[in-house]
Amino acid sequence: MSLELRGVTKTFGSLVANDNINLKVDDGEIHAILGENGAGKSTLMNIVYGLVQPDSGEFLVDGNPVTIHQPADALAVGIGMVHQHFMLIPVFSVLENIILGHEQSTKIGSLESSAAREKILKLASEFGFHIDPDAIVENLSVGVQQRVEILKALMYDAKILILDEPTAVLTPQETDEFIEIMKKLRASGTAIIFISHKLREVKAVADKITVIRQGKVVAIADPKSTQEELASLMVGRPVNLTEKKTIHHDNAVVVKVSELNIADEVGRPLVSNINFEIHKGEILAIAGVQGNGQTELANAMVNLHKNVHGSILLDGQEIVGLSVNKSLHSGIAYVPESRELDGLIGKFSIAENLILDTHHEQPFAKGIFMSNKAVEEEAQKKVVEFDIRTQSIDAPVSSLSGGNKQKVVLARELSRPVRLVVACQPTRGLDVGAIEFVHKRILEEREAGRAVLLFSTELDEVMTLADRIAVMYKGEILSIVDASATREQIGLLMAGVKS
Amino acid sequence: MKKMSVARKRTLRFLIILGALNLLALAKFGFGNHSTLSTTYGLVLGHEWIILHSVVVKSSTGSTFFALLGLLGCGLGFLFFKLNKTSLAGISIASISILFSFICWAATGKFIPLTGLLQGGLMLAVPLIFGSMSGLLCERSGVINIAIEGQLLAGAFASAVVASVTHKTMLGLIIAPIAGAAVSVLLATFAIKFGVDQVILGFVLNVLVYGLTDFLYKRLLIPYQSTWNQAPSFSQISIPILGKIPIIGPIFFDQTIIVYLMYAIVAAISYGLFRTKWGLRTRSVGEHPEAADSVGIDVNKLRFRNVVIAGLVAGLGGAYFTIGSVGSFGKEMTAGSGFIALAALIFGKWTPKGAILAALLFGFADNLQGTLSIIGVSVPSEFMLMVPYIATIIAVSGLIGRVRAPAADGVFYSRGESH
Ligand SMILES: Nc1ncnc2c1ncn2[C@@H]1O[C@H](COP(=O)(O)OP(=O)(O)OP(=O)(O)O)[C@@H](O)[C@H]1O
Ligand SMILES: [Mg+2]
Repeated sequence: MSLELRGVTKTFGSLVANDNINLKVDDGEIHAILGENGAGKSTLMNIVYGLVQPDSGEFLVDGNPVTIHQPADALAVGIGMVHQHFMLIPVFSVLENIILGHEQSTKIGSLESSAAREKILKLASEFGFHIDPDAIVENLSVGVQQRVEILKALMYDAKILILDEPTAVLTPQETDEFIEIMKKLRASGTAIIFISHKLREVKAVADKITVIRQGKVVAIADPKSTQEELASLMVGRPVNLTEKKTIHHDNAVVVKVSELNIADEVGRPLVSNINFEIHKGEILAIAGVQGNGQTELANAMVNLHKNVHGSILLDGQEIVGLSVNKSLHSGIAYVPESRELDGLIGKFSIAENLILDTHHEQPFAKGIFMSNKAVEEEAQKKVVEFDIRTQSIDAPVSSLSGGNKQKVVLARELSRPVRLVVACQPTRGLDVGAIEFVHKRILEEREAGRAVLLFSTELDEVMTLADRIAVMYKGEILSIVDASATREQIGLLMAGVKS
Repeated sequence: MKKMSVARKRTLRFLIILGALNLLALAKFGFGNHSTLSTTYGLVLGHEWIILHSVVVKSSTGSTFFALLGLLGCGLGFLFFKLNKTSLAGISIASISILFSFICWAATGKFIPLTGLLQGGLMLAVPLIFGSMSGLLCERSGVINIAIEGQLLAGAFASAVVASVTHKTMLGLIIAPIAGAAVSVLLATFAIKFGVDQVILGFVLNVLVYGLTDFLYKRLLIPYQSTWNQAPSFSQISIPILGKIPIIGPIFFDQTIIVYLMYAIVAAISYGLFRTKWGLRTRSVGEHPEAADSVGIDVNKLRFRNVVIAGLVAGLGGAYFTIGSVGSFGKEMTAGSGFIALAALIFGKWTPKGAILAALLFGFADNLQGTLSIIGVSVPSEFMLMVPYIATIIAVSGLIGRVRAPAADGVFYSRGESH
């Protein structure tokens, strides 16, 4: 089926999120949408799916006008969507999440899910996924949850499939598999709208690329364009995708982790025998496929994990067992993996989120009172410095686009005097312009003599930034190599092959 | 040393406390009771098939037995704890044993009508069960229901008045759920349509129903009692065969129609919530309304419907106070049952089974206090009345495992508001 949007406009207060957008997706076409964080991509897709009401605009399916006021209308005309923010119910099983809204009942009214179960397993094996239909979603890693989202969209034979950053949390291998899935669907006539910040993927699958900037369509690009060309179309200026860095050696050790072990609630090991050092002005990247203990190790660095044994010395001082607050104030900046869940308080304003960690200190606190003026000034400053795209510093942080949320976290964490920066997936979901910015900031921290511990599943990012690369596999550090290692060597290590 | 999670530590601590209490019971009620007197347990209420003889047990022996059973329960709980399974069964055995050990001691030399004690407990639990089912339906769909008390009271009032005026208990039975649902419609309209704070709203609705019934009671039901407040009441129906089983029969199967309806409702909700399409959708809107919306479920319509059904259930429960037992209406006769029902729901961890067990426990504790004072054991009545509240505090403090309310409980949903 084909889908056409005509003159879609949506404003939030004075902000024009979508400005008279026209878009046409034919059947059997993969139509990529590129745009900076906050360009209005998700808003547009949510409008098509009926989750957001447009101010004006019309939709045509196969040339016939349709009205979409709610998701049920979109589903009825055959539109399926993978949302940027998971639409999964954490306490439900995979199966329950997938059949929700499409339940089959037996004659006596009880749920009949054996057909759905079979179909899930069939789809999963067809696409090379491994999935347990009875696993509870909250116990699954983000990568697996993403697969569940994708399965949900594939289950009911959507004729028009909207994919809002489906690959943001997938590993390179998973992404490759996913690209194959998209190609198969295209071959079967499905129209696909694909949103991604990863230009490599977009170039690999897209038949057509629409570029959106500040709510307007600015270009229809050819997938054969180079990454640099696409990037500058999005951002409106030339982008330097490969940061150059200077290696320098400074031998003072800032962080020394020795014999670190982390166990889960019942004592099963999650992470074992971790040993590493990070020097002043050095970036140590922890690479690896999602779910190999990186999250636990990162949490342990600021004592967010309970069952930690071993030692972490920060400038010679033991920090294992400190409170989270003390850990942070002993000089650690912490950028958590999930910004919505752990990095920000959605209902608080941008200004408030920027001082979450220092609200009790001068100049934000004056005795028992808060100094709103100081808070405001700080926010104004950071919004400019980190290029946070927002209408107002008083807007709730939940109204920001994904990339801008990440900038708020970074702005807050890098404002304290720190010795160690722990950054987990700092560029997940960010546009190329923002990635360039974040990389620049991380390198600046390094130049300023800080130690940086970078957790990333993005091989490109690891290769660009790291001075040394540790690869984690099944809770252990398989090997620590230096930056001259090749992509292939690291890829093998990530797969658990130790040469 | 292996560290433990907070919840597990609490469970362990609770088991240790229970063990210590059982030891104490063993020492004080068992070995410390030097009286040679016995306690007599009556096991018969009347028309069972086999008339069991009363059981006579030396009090100290009884206490000792139950204290030991309690220790066994603790051991069992600990074993399951070590195996990483739920220790709930062990904890239940241990807690109930302490109670019985205490009863044996308290009733030294006296007669305890055991069957009657249990039957009375069930009777007191009936409105609690209705109320907690109402709360369950609402909260599982994401609407906090503090107005259970008001729904019960409205049902009690309406059924008494209608049954009095028409002289038909059946009509009273029909009007009671409608009255409860009327309260629900107010709750649903303001909570779901207009996003009013649900706790405040529920509180206000309770005050409203209290005020309205008090007013009508004083102006209408007292002055014109013979027409307005002399309701007939249902009589017990003994189920053939089942009603004649010793002990169980008279407790469960010699009841009024309202109690039988309760069995049906409880069964329907327990099954429906976890086995049907309706149940899956209900739980989904209570957990994550955006996700439910995104698969085409009309969140607010489903919530509205469930809140109204909840009102029907609680209203019917209200009828139990009047036409289900004494007939006529008394001022504020629900006396806080709605709040205890809410406590049962929380103590039961928002599950049908848990809520019913909690309601039964609370009903039993209430009745025990009455029975003990009748047979002349003086336990301060306030002590037993505290049971539901203490139990709830224990529950929410996580002593018996994690208690988690539905994630979107009390959260107003409007499409596009959140991100
Ligand atoms: N509910 C809302 N209320 C107010 N502003 C909103 C709301 N939803 C989105 N916005 C704003 O609209 C703009 C577009 O947001 P949108 O989420 O569509 O961006 P995006 O292109 O998907 O970005 P990203 O790549 O970061 O996901 C942003 O500036 C965002 O802050
Ligand atoms: Mg988006």
